[in-house]
Amino acid sequence: MSMPLVHLCMPPPEAEKPWLLESYRKRGGYSSWSRVLDGKLKAAEILRAVKDSGLRGRGGAGFPTGLKWSFMPSDCEQPSYLVCNSDESEPGTCHDRDILRYNPHVLIEGMALAAYAMGASVGYNYIRGEFLGEPVPRFLAALEEARAAGLIGRGLGKAKVDFELHPFVGAGAYICGEETGLLESLEGKPGKPRFKPPFPAQSGLYGRPTTVNNTQTLASVPAILQNGSEWFKALGAPNSAGTMIYSVSGHVERPGNYEAPLGVSFNDLLEHAGGVWKGRQLKAVIPGGSSVPVLPAEIIRECAMDYDSLSKAGSALGTGAVIVMDETTCMVSALRRIARFYYAESCGQCTPCREGTGWLYRMLTRMLEGRAQAADLDLLLNVANNIEGHTICALGDAAAWPVQSFLKHFRPEFEAKIRSSASQREAAYA
Amino acid sequence: MAGKTLLPVRSRAAIQESAARFPPGRQRSAVLDALRLAQEENGGWLSVPLMDAVAGELELPPIQVYEVATFYSMFEVRPVGRHCVSVCTNISCWLRGGGELLAHLENRLGIGAGESTADGRIYLKKEEECLAACTGAPMMMVDHRYYEHLSTEDADRIVGELKR
Ligand SMILES: Cc1cc2nc3c(=O)[nH]c(=O)nc-3n(C[C@H](O)[C@H](O)[C@H](O)COP(=O)(O)O)c2cc1C
Ligand code: FES
Repeated sequence: MSMPLVHLCMPPPEAEKPWLLESYRKRGGYSSWSRVLDGKLKAAEILRAVKDSGLRGRGGAGFPTGLKWSFMPSDCEQPSYLVCNSDESEPGTCHDRDILRYNPHVLIEGMALAAYAMGASVGYNYIRGEFLGEPVPRFLAALEEARAAGLIGRGLGKAKVDFELHPFVGAGAYICGEETGLLESLEGKPGKPRFKPPFPAQSGLYGRPTTVNNTQTLASVPAILQNGSEWFKALGAPNSAGTMIYSVSGHVERPGNYEAPLGVSFNDLLEHAGGVWKGRQLKAVIPGGSSVPVLPAEIIRECAMDYDSLSKAGSALGTGAVIVMDETTCMVSALRRIARFYYAESCGQCTPCREGTGWLYRMLTRMLEGRAQAADLDLLLNVANNIEGHTICALGDAAAWPVQSFLKHFRPEFEAKIRSSASQREAAYA
Repeated sequence: MAGKTLLPVRSRAAIQESAARFPPGRQRSAVLDALRLAQEENGGWLSVPLMDAVAGELELPPIQVYEVATFYSMFEVRPVGRHCVSVCTNISCWLRGGGELLAHLENRLGIGAGESTADGRIYLKKEEECLAACTGAPMMMVDHRYYEHLSTEDADRIVGELKR
């Protein structure tokens, strides 16, 4: 198989109980954080290394991580905060759960290094409530181990570093993955996103300077400091440094989380997941979580799985959640299921999103139930276009993009659906 | 909330422990933890007096507790069955039979999603959104535990074995 698997965020498969401190240390874990505590690694060096590495946020938007960190005011009055986004609820995405379950220490070290680089002395890890059974206990146990080993707490090491890290468990709401919705939730409120500006780096948690990063972003940091920025960059593709854990789901023989260098070809990734199941043909792929545009087989087959290649193809890397659909998939039903999600999860603050997502869902339902007309397709698109760009947060865009892209690539299937149900109806009345 | 409260001592201690993770005066941040604890102690749902007790414990106006309890999908503000069964029907699960799995359980239990069985044993949660186990589709969560790669027989067995 041509695709190499690498293990930065995921532990190597041969590691025994990889979630334990001892196991993490055996593979070189906490070596960079120990250098910080010994006074041998400075905040500015960490910031420089992460900037030079080209690491981009894995939470969906791909924002350059070092640049984001540099927005934090230097020498600001404490407290300022680092918040890890382990809310993981973008449909198709399930790798942060595995980092929490199998490699919690890499996240803790990444958070410690990030906080230190930004001068933040307190961190929270916002973990989705449904993870209460397994990922939360694993993270908590690792945190206790790290605390007992003198890696987390106050006045740590020779350098007398302060870093307090706390868990926070959510209670079920996709919108809390949006970083300002998350901050509201962390303050104990409904997770309704805030207007930006001010950005969290100016006014975040409790009005203090705050940086929110995704779990996988932070888990990528220790490897950068251990092996160097150039090494990290060389792993991936241009503009796409490092690795990604691709969550390959849907119609494949071996669904799973596969960590590979960014820029791996879609074909290699698909082959790694055992190919399309049941010997069927590939129809379409949503390459980055349900919010990004769908791509038909002939386009995705030509793509490398990185930021530039997928954006050139008209979609996005998003969260690296690769949702595979075979030739039997009804695109109208698939889109309706996706539309229902945004309808259910809209927080209701913005009228275009609150009302529009309901319209999208009901119109698609009408199509499937044979109560639609040809003109409804333009209306559907019109509603989507009127949500996009007209809301406080990007949930509105995320609701619009699937509709726009399904219609762009599969419009004849929608038209046929409307026609066939119309003729059935006529036959019934004849 | 002078003296008397509906919250058991151990929940109160856990709520205060949670509040200590936040800066002084920011105990509102502990409201999600507090509601979760209260709900678990109360057989899976939150009554108004219980929410009021949480408000008392955290020294918050009750409205700040109600608005949180009604915003998040893991809180129930009406009585539900003792075991909470959530079948994911979002896209990755849907592609591998999540919808059929839910329909199967509805049939078998004789209730629709969002309802509880008459004996109060099982609460079948409304069609569930992605639970971040998409590569294990189809999947369901039963009382915080994930079950992945499910067949209808697996689901029958798991649900059948739930305590009365
Ligand atoms: C509706 C919505 C849901 C989101 N859900 C998540 C999520 O579950 N996890 C996540 O890390 N980022 C999520 N994001 C992105 C965050 O707002 C934020 O950009 C990200 O956590 C920043 O981290 P990064 O720079 O490390 O990628 C979501 C954004 C939107 C608009
Ligand atoms: S789609 Fe079912 S767990 Fe993600």
